[in-house]
Amino acid sequence: MAPGSASSPSPSFPASRPWAAVGAMAAAAAAGPSPGSGPGDSPEGPEGEAPERRRKAHGMLKLYYGLSEGEAAGRPAGPDPLDPTDLNGAHFDPEVYLDKLRRECPLAQLMDSETDMVRQIRALDSDMQTLVYENYNKFISATDTIRKMKNDFRKMEDEMDRLATNMAVITDFSARISATLQDRHERITKLAGVHALLRKLQFLFELPSRLTKCVELGAYGQAVRYQGRAQAVLQQYQHLPSFRAIQDDCQVITARLAQQLRQRFREGGSGAPEQAECVELLLALGEPAEELCEEFLAHARGRLEEELRSLEAELGPSPPAPDVLEFTDHGGSGFVGGLCQVAAAYQELFAAQGPAGAERLAAFARELGSRYFALVERRLAQEAAFLGCLTDVRQALAAPRVAGKEGPGLAELLANVASSILSHIKASLAAVHLFTAKEVSFSNKPYFRGEFCSQGVREGLIVGFIRSMCHTAQSFCDSPGEKGGATPPALLLLLSRLCLDYETATISYILTLTDEQFLVQDQFPVTPVSTLCAEARETARRLLTHYVKVQGLVISQMLRKSVETRDWLSTLEPRNVRAVMKRVVEDTTAIDVQVGLLYEEGVRKAQSSDSSKRTFSVYSSSRQQGRYAPSYTPSAPMDTNLLSNIQKLFSERIDVFSPVEFNKVSVLTGIIKISLKTLLECVRLRTFGRFGLQQVQVDCHFLQLYLWRFVADEELVHLLLDEVVASAALRCPDPVPMEPSVVEVICERG
Amino acid sequence: MEDDAPVIYGLEFQIHIIDFDDENNIINKNVLLHQAGEIWHISASPADRGVLATCYNRTCCPVLDSFVALGKSAAQLLKALATPSDSKVLTCAAVWRMPKELESGTHESPDDSSSAAQTLELLCHLDNTAHSNMACVVWEPMGDGKKIISLADNHILLWDLQESSSQAVLASSASLEGKGQLKFTSGRWSPHHNCTQVATANDTTLRGWDTRSMSQIYCIENAHGQLVRDLDFNPNKQYYLASCGDDCKVKFWDTRNVTEPVKTLEEHSHWVWNVRYNHSHDQLVLTGSSDSRVILSNMVSISSEPFGHLVDDDDISDQEDHRSEEKSKEPLQDNVIATYEEHEDSVYAVDWSSADPWLFASLSYDGRLVINRVPRALKYHILL
Repeated sequence: MAPGSASSPSPSFPASRPWAAVGAMAAAAAAGPSPGSGPGDSPEGPEGEAPERRRKAHGMLKLYYGLSEGEAAGRPAGPDPLDPTDLNGAHFDPEVYLDKLRRECPLAQLMDSETDMVRQIRALDSDMQTLVYENYNKFISATDTIRKMKNDFRKMEDEMDRLATNMAVITDFSARISATLQDRHERITKLAGVHALLRKLQFLFELPSRLTKCVELGAYGQAVRYQGRAQAVLQQYQHLPSFRAIQDDCQVITARLAQQLRQRFREGGSGAPEQAECVELLLALGEPAEELCEEFLAHARGRLEEELRSLEAELGPSPPAPDVLEFTDHGGSGFVGGLCQVAAAYQELFAAQGPAGAERLAAFARELGSRYFALVERRLAQEAAFLGCLTDVRQALAAPRVAGKEGPGLAELLANVASSILSHIKASLAAVHLFTAKEVSFSNKPYFRGEFCSQGVREGLIVGFIRSMCHTAQSFCDSPGEKGGATPPALLLLLSRLCLDYETATISYILTLTDEQFLVQDQFPVTPVSTLCAEARETARRLLTHYVKVQGLVISQMLRKSVETRDWLSTLEPRNVRAVMKRVVEDTTAIDVQVGLLYEEGVRKAQSSDSSKRTFSVYSSSRQQGRYAPSYTPSAPMDTNLLSNIQKLFSERIDVFSPVEFNKVSVLTGIIKISLKTLLECVRLRTFGRFGLQQVQVDCHFLQLYLWRFVADEELVHLLLDEVVASAALRCPDPVPMEPSVVEVICERG
Repeated sequence: MEDDAPVIYGLEFQIHIIDFDDENNIINKNVLLHQAGEIWHISASPADRGVLATCYNRTCCPVLDSFVALGKSAAQLLKALATPSDSKVLTCAAVWRMPKELESGTHESPDDSSSAAQTLELLCHLDNTAHSNMACVVWEPMGDGKKIISLADNHILLWDLQESSSQAVLASSASLEGKGQLKFTSGRWSPHHNCTQVATANDTTLRGWDTRSMSQIYCIENAHGQLVRDLDFNPNKQYYLASCGDDCKVKFWDTRNVTEPVKTLEEHSHWVWNVRYNHSHDQLVLTGSSDSRVILSNMVSISSEPFGHLVDDDDISDQEDHRSEEKSKEPLQDNVIATYEEHEDSVYAVDWSSADPWLFASLSYDGRLVINRVPRALKYHILL
């Protein structure tokens, strides 16, 4: 046991805390048996500060050895660091500890703890010694190293000194050399300057001849470069006569050069890039940019216009127009390429011109571009000129009409029209199909694969065509004239049949064809066939209805004029059927033939077997008599109205301008209905004399004889004609009807 | 409610004054004899409800007057007209006054009227020595009943009625020049512009005239594909007028831009003889046609109330109310409200009641007069 070591621990060998504590405890234990003695007090003071210092050093060591604070803190068992009885605690108080031991423990335990403590102290001592030895060795070797370094540094210092002196010597020498070379160097510089000047002068003197040579050789670029170099100098020294002469010479040559350049530029035989070069050179020669730019554009215009002309010639009036693709290609490479080149060159050359120049270029490009587009549009219009086909039809239709053989040609004409339209469609499909051909470079782009096929071709071209056909056809229906003169009725009929055919077959055929050719594969919504068919049917129906209206109107007008212009009060007794009625029957027959060429017969209402005309006419005229008979008797003035009213109650209402069906009978019925209704209304607006009434009677009977066979329900004709006669009778102050037999005789004679 | 300005219709030689009692649904008829001849057009004075003007056919036959004086019934007169074959039909126009007791609106039982037909008192002839065929007479709509316009062949004649309508003086006239026989078929006096405009129809053309200078102010060539039968001015929108014709169409025009109709209706299947705007709710348009139908259309989009009756926001206190209001105020579409098929023959005249805006009458060839009301639902939609 060495209490001295414990009481005065060396700061250079910091000990671990438990060991210090034990040491302190040991000291206390050693002094323990004599409590309250003086030496017991003396270690109190240093012992109070020692833990503070030790802990600090200990912390530093721990830091050095990389031990974490927690690891160290984990080891001490005492939960309360402030416990003064904890041997390893920071606030260990040996007095308190001893007191506690003495007070609490029996002797045996005291003895045990004493031996235990002694053992611990011993172990700690040996530990300390090993530590001291180890650290001492390390310290020794460190000291050696430091000493060695000191020696090395001293050697290095000597060498550095030597280097410094050498450098000083070199500097000295260098200064001396430059001093000796000074004036020689100046002379050389001067000589070099003179030499350069002389060379420049020589260049200047030689300039005219060089320029001439260049011009002769055609090396305009070189010449312009020379001229550019000499220009400024000559300008500066032009007051010296010799220089003046050179300058004059140069100017002459330059002028010639410029002229030659201009000529070359104007000749324009060479392509755009060479021209651009010319312009560049001219610009470098200081020619006015404004003028050049005008000239340049004019020149370019000439060339591009030539391109346009050639395109136009291709487009030409001659029918064998080249393929669209070819045309576009030609236009694209020739014109558009040229325009691009011009634009690029212009921008490069006249960039200095600023916005005004750009403006000029833009205007130029705009004008030519628009002309080009106009051409392309015309070309495409040619391609899409389906409507032209309709015009052809119309002309074709008008022609035979003029020739007076309208009838027989109609069905043929229809076939012609249908086939020509179809072939047109096929041709254009084929033309468009080229765009998707494998060998065309852009056909692989997704646009051409998908959208082009479905939207462009199917929707835009085919559906668009069918729609526009329907639309054009419908536009004939509501032409502003409405007088029937605007559109020949036969055309209406023909178009109607055409549309109907489209509805039944052609549309689906065309669409199938398109779908097959273009393999429409994308998901864009497409117009279904049924919609188009419905549209076509609607168009056909409207056209036919319009046809009925127009034809009905023609006959109506005839009847109307005949009723309105006649003085019915003062007519003579009828001897003949009026010519108008014959004309009406003739026209109706003609219409019947015309419609029969294109439309099927249709169904008639079942007639009362083999009813001859005669029986009907007798029947109806007897009924007529019955109807206006009451007007003979003054006692029953209202009977006429009453009778007709009762009769109407039982007959169906006649819808005059009702829509027609697609057959001949229906069409004819429509026309006759319209005509007779007009006759009725006109009659009601007139006042008839006795013979006037009789004339109407005769006329109506005549119509009855000939019109019944055209209509679906002959009863309809009878009804309307009865109505006409009845109205005439009502409008007559002296209604004396003609004997039916006489009427018949007259009609048969007429 | 009584129908003050009576629905009148002319059947040869008689004028029937129909009183319709709305509350009891009773129709009373008074028959007036029109001595002069067959009536083709009739119009009542706007100022004096006892005065009316007619266009009538007169055959040059001396027997006529005497028969008329005897007070025979229409059918007998018809028979009396069995005149020599050299007779000529002339259409004249005259202004008449109804007997006082009818004018007052009180009337006896319907049976009496048929037995004792009264005659009209002739006020004056619209003297027609120069012009023979009077197609139409129209009163100045707003004035004191002193101005009247008649259309004769290709002439427009403006008459001034003198004191108590005893004499008509031709104030001014204009005529239509052109090739062919031009003939006015119909005319209307515009209630706008201080009653200085008249529109006429001849053949397919509509023309507007200024009554001060008697000069043409606009002309709609080819207004219809065929003959224009009738026209009417929108009572609330000064430049709008409707026309109808033999092309089965009804067209609405803005007279400031006559190249295109504002709207076209194609509902009828035969000639449209008559078109009438409702006097107060101009979206209601009535048309009569020789397809024996009367069609009531709702032309909201070109009416003076395209968005319905405008209600001030202040009036609506409750927010809730406001919302429901808005919902119900969704603009109506132009459509046909109703087609009336009660007539068995061509309908030649339709008109609105001047007293009750929801009542109208139509008259057909067979002499049937039908009085109808605007459907209740629509009425409330317009009003509320």
